[in-house]
Amino acid sequence: MDKLINDFSFGLFFWQAFILLVLILLLVKFAWKPIMESITAREEGIKDALLSAENAKKEMQNLQADNQRILNEARAERDAMLKEAREMKEKMIADSKNEAQEQGQKMIEQAKAAIESEKNAAMAELKLQVSTLSLSIAEKLLKEELSNKESQTKLVEKMLGDVKLN
Amino acid sequence: MVISNKPLKFILAALVASLPIMSFANSENDTTHVHNEAAHEVQVASHDKHAEEEHVAQDPKAKVDAFIDHHLQDSHDFIFFSDDKENKHYGFPLPVILIDGGLKIFSSSKLHHGEAVAEVDGNFYKLVHGKIYKTDDAAGIISFDEHGHPKNEKPLDFSITKNVVSMLFVAVLLFIMFTGLAKSYKKGPIPTGFGRVLEPLIIFIRDEIAVPNIGEKKYRKYMGYLLTVFFFVWLLNLLGMTPLGINVTGNIAITVCLAAFTFIITQFSANKDYWGHIFWMPGVPVPMKIILAPIEVLGTLTKPFALLIRLYANITAGHVVIMSLIAMIFVGKNLAADLPISMGLTLFISVIEVLVAFLQAFIFTMLSSLFIGMAVQDHDHAHHHEDETAII
Repeated sequence: MDKLINDFSFGLFFWQAFILLVLILLLVKFAWKPIMESITAREEGIKDALLSAENAKKEMQNLQADNQRILNEARAERDAMLKEAREMKEKMIADSKNEAQEQGQKMIEQAKAAIESEKNAAMAELKLQVSTLSLSIAEKLLKEELSNKESQTKLVEKMLGDVKLN
Repeated sequence: MVISNKPLKFILAALVASLPIMSFANSENDTTHVHNEAAHEVQVASHDKHAEEEHVAQDPKAKVDAFIDHHLQDSHDFIFFSDDKENKHYGFPLPVILIDGGLKIFSSSKLHHGEAVAEVDGNFYKLVHGKIYKTDDAAGIISFDEHGHPKNEKPLDFSITKNVVSMLFVAVLLFIMFTGLAKSYKKGPIPTGFGRVLEPLIIFIRDEIAVPNIGEKKYRKYMGYLLTVFFFVWLLNLLGMTPLGINVTGNIAITVCLAAFTFIITQFSANKDYWGHIFWMPGVPVPMKIILAPIEVLGTLTKPFALLIRLYANITAGHVVIMSLIAMIFVGKNLAADLPISMGLTLFISVIEVLVAFLQAFIFTMLSSLFIGMAVQDHDHAHHHEDETAII
């Protein structure tokens, strides 16, 4: 113990204190300050770069999400439009079908009515014609038949026979 | 701020006064001095202990002890190796600066590693156990007290010793390395070359030591100190592992100084809460407050004391173990058997010591930041507690 105290040299202590103090001051000014500043600046730079990269990534993701959303919307819109068009088409077809049917029906009706009226007219004409024809035939026949007595009688008899059959 | 305003000397005195609390496993007493003398082969002096030395000097174990002891100490010259037989030392002398009635500057070669008396401006100085003492005349008589300490006057020694040179070397190295790194940032955000090794260490200190202990908001102010101390201690520890034989961080004056820096920074950056917790602990009854105050005051001193002893003891122990293992070769008689064992163990311990070199620098920085953190933190928990009781 006593050796330790004996070993203590004040001169060495003084020089050590002096050298250490000067060394600290010099190194702080010329080394530690610029080094620490550079390291800190670099670390800040790295941190910033990472942060901005992260932000860019997020933005990208947002953009992608946006794109996706827009795409989906467009797709939905397209689908809706297509559906509408299809519906419209179907409706138009159905409408036109109905109309055509109606028209046709109407025309058929008209035709029927015309046919009926024509038929009636024709029938009336025919009836008239037939009646006049038959009258003239009958006139002619009567004129011929009734030219001799025998044939008159025959006729009467035949007529009577017909009546019996009825 | 009661303590921090007191002069540094008071702090030092308090630290040194508390040293006897520690006790070492091996009692050093006189043996080391005897061995030291043996290594230096000091000329015959009047002291009667020297008679015993003559036998001891031949004992290889004692020589090894003396060598280790000598290595652990600071020295006034830089010696790489010595030739014992011819008593030659290979290295270079360093300047000695003494304050003894004026500034005395001379080369340590004048002292001849303690073998001669240096005469400067009519004063005589002699080196004993790595310390310079004043003697009365050219004969260089040193009188010893009953503990084996020289009784001669000790001039204030501000010499540029081996440790000072090593520290200057490390300081210059640190300055070159880190200003280089600072400059490399001007070219681009990522450092090139050696800076790639240094930058992760700086970030490590910041993220693992400073921020968790001091806090996100306040750590920046203390980064300069923490970084400097970490690299300074680490490099000095590593320098101790080289064969240059430098033991800086294993010197008590160095660790005392480092701990003193942490202590001063802690006390000066302490906020009101910190002093409040020391002198008037909140949340305890008044008698307890009175009992706790001196304990807390003592606690502020024991914290840096633990710092200085931890670093000193770890590094010194590492040096002693490695040198002892190497010395096995010289002590043992059988070279073929001792060499592989000794070298293997030395290698093993050296690898551990490299780890310890980092670990001790890390722990020193870690604990410094912890103490600073304790001084600057806002004691939120205490206020929360008070709020809770108020609600109840």
